[in-house]
Amino acid sequence: MAREIEGHTMRRFDGELHHLHNLLLQMGGLVQNQFELALQALREKELQLADKVIARDRDLNDLEVKADEEVISVIARRTPVARDLRTVMSFSKVITDLERMGDEVVRIADLTYSLYENDGPGPGTQMMRDVHGMGRMCGEMVQAALRMLDSLDVESADELRAHQLELDSEFQSSVRRLATFIMEDARNVGNSIKVVLVLKSLDRIGDHATNIVEHVYFLAKGKDIRHIPPSVHRA
Amino acid sequence: MTSLELTMEKPNLAVKESRDVKHDLTSGTPEKTVGEALLDAESARMTCRDVNVYYGEKHAIKNISLDIGRNEVVALIGPSGCGKSTFLRCLNRMNDTIEICHVTGDISIDGMNIYDKKIDVVPLRAQVGMVFQKPNPFPKSIFENVAYGPRIHGLASDKHELEEIVVGSLKRAGLWDEVKDRLHAPGTGLSGGQQQRLCIARTIAVGPEVILMDEPCSALDPIATARIEELIDELRENFTIAIVTHSMQQAARVSQRTAYFHLGTLVEVGDTDDIFTNPRHRLTEDYITGRFG
Repeated sequence: MAREIEGHTMRRFDGELHHLHNLLLQMGGLVQNQFELALQALREKELQLADKVIARDRDLNDLEVKADEEVISVIARRTPVARDLRTVMSFSKVITDLERMGDEVVRIADLTYSLYENDGPGPGTQMMRDVHGMGRMCGEMVQAALRMLDSLDVESADELRAHQLELDSEFQSSVRRLATFIMEDARNVGNSIKVVLVLKSLDRIGDHATNIVEHVYFLAKGKDIRHIPPSVHRA
Repeated sequence: MTSLELTMEKPNLAVKESRDVKHDLTSGTPEKTVGEALLDAESARMTCRDVNVYYGEKHAIKNISLDIGRNEVVALIGPSGCGKSTFLRCLNRMNDTIEICHVTGDISIDGMNIYDKKIDVVPLRAQVGMVFQKPNPFPKSIFENVAYGPRIHGLASDKHELEEIVVGSLKRAGLWDEVKDRLHAPGTGLSGGQQQRLCIARTIAVGPEVILMDEPCSALDPIATARIEELIDELRENFTIAIVTHSMQQAARVSQRTAYFHLGTLVEVGDTDDIFTNPRHRLTEDYITGRFG
């Protein structure tokens, strides 16, 4: 990590990049925590927890503004080039992805409300099975992407990107399975649509985690892999 | 001209070898220059092969091969004492004036070896002109500063033609509008930036093919610097330019290719865009990102 950010003759520049990096890690930590709480609220039908998630999104937005200001300040004061330029540009894109992950998490909390408000029965266990499975996969991806953002070590980038392909295919399968609930009983339409929206948010969170990995890869290696399929294909 | 054509600013300099797929940085003392130092025969205006320069026992430039293309600006960058100015001065044999300096290797302009014994350095230095760090106008009028070169090289057959050359050169150097009403005032009375543009007018008045610039803006304020940089961009249409600069931003702004020197070796050469976003040698990256030392 140190090598990527440190070592400037102007040590203050090191400090500014560290500060920016720390803001990103704070945002990442908050997103991860929000994500876990949102899934817990959904699992335990805990609407107060969903409320908390929705309220705390403001903290994430504040951090986003702060981090963006820091990016502008570093560009204006240091006119970064080469690795420093890639660092600042990549960090700027990571900020956007983290904020959008936060938005998706809030969407899940909103859907939790909509599924369980008025003490309604909500969707059955069978219908929610895929949500919990995808939630676990997605949580692992978020954690791994944030670890990579912290260490700036991109050795396992392709493996992580391959996870996203799995998540995509899991999403498609889940939607097919949910369609069978609708075909069985038309009264399942409302809940099925909401569950599909939760799954879509999980899929989008996975996309953003993958984006973060790709931005960090560009920072570290100087190669843009966004539109190149991963070379590692998981069984 | 279509908008697509308007965006095609870079000269199409075909390189001999295609750029490798990007990989991890090369590190350690360079034995071979990283990047495309050599151009194909049609693109190259000046070719330098295995150039070595010695100041007495000191080996100042070590086995450098580099081509400078037509209508391109090449920036030579590197820390103080790395040999970039020494190399620049080899390109019009300015080092001949230093008694203990000894140059080996081949340096040619349009296929003509400039170190050939038959070459007269006076016309050579008109063909490969030079602009220095500090503006150095002659203690003469603005008109005479520009007219001096064409007159001694016999480039004008009469007074009228000489005037045309002076006016044309001052216009191309972007100075005409500021001095047209005081052509007979002393050149030394101009501001620093104007003096530097006067020196550029003086250089282009003798019809050079290549212009060498050794930190031409280091004594100028940001506005005067911006005017010189704008001028460099315009001059590129007609001349080949090699510029030594300590300003990374200036190298990034004005050049199409950048060459990084380190302890007398040429570490890396590449498209300026590549050098400043994704250099291939660790030494280049450390230098341009301010980690050197």
